[in-house]
Amino acid sequence: MIHTVWIGLFLVGIVYAALTGNIAHVSTALFEGAQEGLNVAFSLLGILTLWMGILNVARKAGLLDALARLLRPLIRLLFPDVPRGHAAEGYLLANIAANLLGMGNAATPFGIKAMQELDKLNPEKGRATRPMITLLALNTASVSLFPTTVIGIRAAAGAAQPADILPAVVLASFLGSAVAVLVDRFYQWREGP
Amino acid sequence: MSLAWLEAAGAWVLPAFLAVILGAALFRRVPAYSAFIEGAKEGFDTFLTILPHLVGMLAALAVFQSSGALKALTSFLAPYFRPLGFPPELLPLALLRPFSGAASMAVVTHLMGRYGPDSEIGRLAAIMQGSTDTTFYVLTVYFGSVGIVRERYAVKVGLIGDAAGILAALLVGRWFFSA
Repeated sequence: MIHTVWIGLFLVGIVYAALTGNIAHVSTALFEGAQEGLNVAFSLLGILTLWMGILNVARKAGLLDALARLLRPLIRLLFPDVPRGHAAEGYLLANIAANLLGMGNAATPFGIKAMQELDKLNPEKGRATRPMITLLALNTASVSLFPTTVIGIRAAAGAAQPADILPAVVLASFLGSAVAVLVDRFYQWREGP
Repeated sequence: MSLAWLEAAGAWVLPAFLAVILGAALFRRVPAYSAFIEGAKEGFDTFLTILPHLVGMLAALAVFQSSGALKALTSFLAPYFRPLGFPPELLPLALLRPFSGAASMAVVTHLMGRYGPDSEIGRLAAIMQGSTDTTFYVLTVYFGSVGIVRERYAVKVGLIGDAAGILAALLVGRWFFSA
């Protein structure tokens, strides 16, 4: 599906631009898009390097194992295919915790580490496994307790109480995540391992 | 209800997290600095793995967006959403959200400026933005980091999750803030 989406975005864009006399924009957009990809990757580079280093300290200090022991029932519930005691458990929990705490970009390196550990269990490289898709579903639905960026924008726009949307965001993101996990379960059941 | 304390607490999260990790390392006598360097080296490898995925996906998105196809889709769909109780002002946000965090954030800022941050539209926009994430970005970065090219049902799960998040934001926002 990613192949279709990717080709579709390009082709629909090019054809629509051609029909509406917008074709000159396409070349500019190509360069801008490529540049943006580089910028986004670069903006991740510092945070990736920093937090992957700090995660390794946490792992060596036994904190990830402790976290995994403490919250193993949650992992068993969400990721039943991950073997008990596997290194992925600690990273998965670190990722969930970072999302919950609204650590924003810092959650990404944890999720990537979890993904890399899950890939070690992947019998068919290049093909997503069930726990990988569950991890993705949790992160796209973004359970969040501190939507700091949005609160910042509200403050900048002069809201009386910028953070008063917080309970609504927490509830809505929880509902969205619950649906994402249920949909994930449905497809797990339908498509098998 | 004042939530200033929660905003203040937000500033403590990262430093506290870091302090706990470093404190534990000190307590367990882990050679923290060399452990840090060892782990941090993986950051650059991951960057190199993700880069092609991000450039490819964001170039496709930029072409699609700049062609005006997205705008056309929005104005085409708007009349169908009004009877469902979905404010047409929020449709561009709902459609952009899975594709581009920056673009959807720009829409939120624009709606705040136009309707005010404490208006119903302004609030709903903020709740939608805050309770969903950029599915295609997450997909690109997370799956890109381990070279997944057969993503199976992941896109469907992500997009249905997004739709559910947007709908939940609308319902919860109305419930909390409408008279």
